[in-house]
Amino acid sequence: MTIFFNTLLVGFSSGAIYSLMSLALVLVWRSTRVVNFAAAGQAILSTYIGYEAMKVLHNYWLSIPVALLAGALISAGVEAIVMRPLAKRSKGTPVEAIAPVIATLGILGLIRSGVGLIWGNSFLQYTSPLSSKGYTFGHTTIPFSPLNAAIVIGASVVLAIFAIIFKFTRLGLSLRAASFQPEISRLSGIRVDLIRTIGWAFAGAASAVAGALVTPTTYLSPNSLDLLLVSGFVAAVIGGLESLIGAVVGGLVLGIGFAFILQYIGTSVTFSAAFIILIIVLLLRPQGIFGVRRSREA
Amino acid sequence: MKLKSPRARFFTSIAIGAVLLFISGRVDELRSYQGAQVAIFAIAISSIVLLTGFSGQISLGHGALMAVGGYSAVLVQSHLNLPYPIAFLIGGAVGGGAGFLLGIAAARLQGPYLAGTTLALAVGIPSLANQFHILGGEQGLTFDVGTAPSWIGKDFSQYRWFFWVAVVAALLIYWLLRNLLSTRYGRRWRAVRANPTAAALAGINVGKAKVLAFTLSSTVAGLAGSLYAMLLGLVAPLAFTLTLSFTLITGAVLAGVSNLGGSIIGAVVLVAIPEISGSITSHLGGSEKVTSNLPGLIASVLLVATVLFAPNGPQWPRRKHQ
Repeated sequence: MTIFFNTLLVGFSSGAIYSLMSLALVLVWRSTRVVNFAAAGQAILSTYIGYEAMKVLHNYWLSIPVALLAGALISAGVEAIVMRPLAKRSKGTPVEAIAPVIATLGILGLIRSGVGLIWGNSFLQYTSPLSSKGYTFGHTTIPFSPLNAAIVIGASVVLAIFAIIFKFTRLGLSLRAASFQPEISRLSGIRVDLIRTIGWAFAGAASAVAGALVTPTTYLSPNSLDLLLVSGFVAAVIGGLESLIGAVVGGLVLGIGFAFILQYIGTSVTFSAAFIILIIVLLLRPQGIFGVRRSREA
Repeated sequence: MKLKSPRARFFTSIAIGAVLLFISGRVDELRSYQGAQVAIFAIAISSIVLLTGFSGQISLGHGALMAVGGYSAVLVQSHLNLPYPIAFLIGGAVGGGAGFLLGIAAARLQGPYLAGTTLALAVGIPSLANQFHILGGEQGLTFDVGTAPSWIGKDFSQYRWFFWVAVVAALLIYWLLRNLLSTRYGRRWRAVRANPTAAALAGINVGKAKVLAFTLSSTVAGLAGSLYAMLLGLVAPLAFTLTLSFTLITGAVLAGVSNLGGSIIGAVVLVAIPEISGSITSHLGGSEKVTSNLPGLIASVLLVATVLFAPNGPQWPRRKHQ
């Protein structure tokens, strides 16, 4: 029973990270109908910026807001400089549907090699002051560590701030309106292009926080967040790709699912597990837990 | 120059092949190696062109399908001791089988879902090598197809032989694909890509057409994978990374994604990029950081620029496909 709860806690911690990444993908999908494969690249660049900030500030906690801000700016830049012109140019050509996907892949490659060019391909340590050794109760040490707790708290804070912005501010209302009915939003005075860029900025901030929180548990290299991108995508599909709550729940479900697979089946299947879970979800409930059915039909 | 009939295409292929094989006797080993690389990339890119350019589906996992083909070829060759041309064909067939299964799932998926699923595949499949002992783990398995048969001539170098094999395979596949694309199958795929709803109303079974395209494309990718294994002399997870999948897409986009002949140009560019980058770094003197990342940077810049400024490939303004 203790093993069960421990697994649940560890899963909760990684699930919080997946939730942030998944949220980043869902925000972009809702605002521009693009699955942003560059999210991994944006996250890695902002994590490197966070790493530099930590070297200057000597404080891990202060480096996270720096990474967040960098992530928001990078993401907004990608949208305004590449994605928006692309949507206008490719409109009506045979590649309209695939051009954005390919463009985000190109940006992912661009950022990765750019990061490698600046910081090199070697593994860097972006460490938090917290221990990754588990808490001890009496004589038993559980795998859940202060670092895990910080991840859960950090992710929850960011998610809570996002929820407040989306639910209770004018900006949040415009964001939701622009993704739901762009034409009508434009008619009612919302600057849809600007709102889209802001949607991308929020997504960039979420993925930057995901990168800055997860990296202390592993290492930092130009492609150290690739698996996070895949997990985030699977989590987003579990949640339905449309719903913000779905993204968070999907991330937690996936994190806990992964933890149980690791605990009871073994480490060797982690990579394939994402693919298998994805296929199962797509076969059983292609609209996701919170998705609307029509979203996936032609 | 319009060469429309299958026979005319056949003779063109033979003529191109003869010229290339003649040239191969005049160049050094490095160029032969690169020539073989171009031919193999051209095959792999043509599988993407077939899938994306003609049936409108996207795959970020063709590197993984190449791995499936490569590993199958190596396994049947080493365990059953089959002659390697048959091992190549089996590599293609197993790749096609994997693609068929994936295609069934793919036909139900719209763009972003398909892209994400194949991305998960590209990350997942190469890691399988570490789980099954028979696949040889991180080191992979060696693949030795041997030197050229003696009847072909003495002093026939290794890479020149690989170049011959790859070029013959590439020309054969081109000839087959070209002809196939001008049959009703090709027309159906184009109809499906242009407008799935209209295609369905015109009596085309859209799902079936998509699965067929995916299967065929994966067969070609599997074949390319087994040839790639021949050229590298091994199969290993590191040979079939996510970067390989992205590279293939880059190649397909650079030359125009709905242009089969363009895949040769794409392949040449892909092979030339490391060369160009190498000469830049040797002139300017770069550190290890620069040498290992400049090729990727050049390829990505080209990819983004192509998508942004010529979304349908360089020849879009001149030739309008409808």
